[in-house]
Amino acid sequence: MDVLYFAWVREAVGTGREQVDPPEAVRTVADLIDWLAGRSAGHAEALRDPTRLRAAIDQQFVPADAVLGGAREVAIFPPVTGG
Amino acid sequence: MIRVSVDPAPIELAMEVAALEERGAGGVATFTGIVRGDDGVTGLELEHYPGMTESALVALAESATARWSLLGVTIVHRTGRMAVGERIVFLGTAALHRREALDACAYLIDRLKTDAPFWKREHRGGTTSWVEARASDVEAAQRWKAGG
Repeated sequence: MDVLYFAWVREAVGTGREQVDPPEAVRTVADLIDWLAGRSAGHAEALRDPTRLRAAIDQQFVPADAVLGGAREVAIFPPVTGG
Repeated sequence: MIRVSVDPAPIELAMEVAALEERGAGGVATFTGIVRGDDGVTGLELEHYPGMTESALVALAESATARWSLLGVTIVHRTGRMAVGERIVFLGTAALHRREALDACAYLIDRLKTDAPFWKREHRGGTTSWVEARASDVEAAQRWKAGG
């Protein structure tokens, strides 16, 4: 699946998009965030406090316990601040 | 009757309002958000999620037309760098009567703050900082979910 990052999450991770292939045990968004945090020091820094993060699956906002299922695109980002 | 635009170009206010006035409405309500220069802010940068941002704004506009009788809804959000005093966002609603236009316009800006993927970064001279989301924005958005 493609994982997208925005704002300070993107900056800390060091990229705005990457392709990953998580193991089957990674079922939910929260699982994915936990698993991604192990990829690099930058990931660990960006993802260490999940309460500061929000997510979307295939461009729809979802809660942390949302099941990934056949998600093609998962985005992880800070709470939005538009307008 | 729904117009959504997410674009780095400056927002053309007169053109947007004129287009709404041509919907045959009895009233047009608008909200314009402008970059504030408080706390030493010298400029703003808006990041978005291409694809999702546009579809979230269309869904927001559609939810307004489902709730109020509207002849036109316009949502224009700027992205990229902008200077203090420039327009960030324009929202406009056209309706037969003022109450629908005014209520729908207030609803759109309250919900846009929490329902569309944008992120603001403030520039102060040579330094930058990401803007934190505010609990008051979440409360303002939620008041519409109670059906009020």
